Amino acid sequence: MWKESVDYLTNDLLGLQGRLGEAINFFVYDTVKIWFLLVTIIFVVSYLRTHFNTEYVRAHLQGKSQLYGNVLAALFGIITPFCSCSAIPLFLGFIQARIPIGVTFSFLISSPLNNEIAIALLFGLFGWKVTAIYIGFGLLVAIVGGFVIGKLQMEKYVLMDVKPMQGELDEVTITLSAKERAKEAYDYTKEIFKDIYLYVLIGVGVGALIHGYIPADFIAKYAGAENPFAVLVAVIMGIPMYSNAAGVMPLVEVLTSKGMLLGTALSFMMAVTALSLPEAMILKKILHVKLIATFFGIVGVGIIGVGYLFNFILK
Amino acid sequence: MKIEVLGTNCKKCIELEAIVKQAIAKSGKFVQFEKVDDIMQIMSYQVVSTPGLVIDGKVLSTGKVLTVNEVLAFMDA
Repeated sequence: MWKESVDYLTNDLLGLQGRLGEAINFFVYDTVKIWFLLVTIIFVVSYLRTHFNTEYVRAHLQGKSQLYGNVLAALFGIITPFCSCSAIPLFLGFIQARIPIGVTFSFLISSPLNNEIAIALLFGLFGWKVTAIYIGFGLLVAIVGGFVIGKLQMEKYVLMDVKPMQGELDEVTITLSAKERAKEAYDYTKEIFKDIYLYVLIGVGVGALIHGYIPADFIAKYAGAENPFAVLVAVIMGIPMYSNAAGVMPLVEVLTSKGMLLGTALSFMMAVTALSLPEAMILKKILHVKLIATFFGIVGVGIIGVGYLFNFILK
Repeated sequence: MKIEVLGTNCKKCIELEAIVKQAIAKSGKFVQFEKVDDIMQIMSYQVVSTPGLVIDGKVLSTGKVLTVNEVLAFMDA
């Protein structure tokens, strides 16, 4: 339906042809599609999440065994919002509730990795299969990463002395009506969309240029199967790009269609979302550099592993 | 009435503080206001996502920036 109307607009109404026409057609079509999906998915996720705030998650992770806790924390990470500005209260609050540090890290890895913006973009650009694979491997990295950090006995690297509380947590119960939840989801969606619509526009725009002008063998040579270090480079490049995930992903889609391997693309996107420098700087106030480095190292290795594994399977 | 905004120096926390102050001014009530930025004190309210809004010791909202009207509704309740 969209494809036809965009074709009609660019080809018949505006009479655009050739490379320029193709690039503009791609730009309009992709932008409209991604905006629509972003708004829909963010609204749905933020409505669901009004049932699961971080306080709720904490109360439910309390007293769970190590591995089960890792799995549960990673799953909660899909639905719960995470803003790097509340990383500190979250981290300390989890310790206070006697939740093992490894379980906390499972949550800290999974939550930004499986954020609604990344999921909406992936779904819109790559379809549900790739989205499912991304979430599946993302959970795996979060569970295994958290489990390994838990086994390393790194509690002593938490620089702040938190007194563990006694007994069970009372849930902070904030009850909302369906209307209030919908309003909250609407406000949140509006806010997020305002923050990222421009990035999507720019990302798709640059993507459209590449789509129309850069030959496929050029990208295949640098980011495709011919370059064995592609995954590694992709992960390193992804770390500083956190805030621009919305603009980066449309680009990745074009690169993939032009010969970049999907595993490389997945690793890159995971690095963009899960490893963020601003978050590391914030955590540095309460965690020893060694622990942060271990966290980045383990997640980085996990993500790189996923990329190579995936490229290998798809061969 | 005592209103506390729980939050460190994050963007949302500063926004909520400003909004709560507006709400207090609009309500015309006599309110004791406090911004709680000590992380240990925030945790003692069992809040792990900032900013939090606490009125008379009761946690009413966590992790989001409210509107002036929402804060006023909490104050009237």
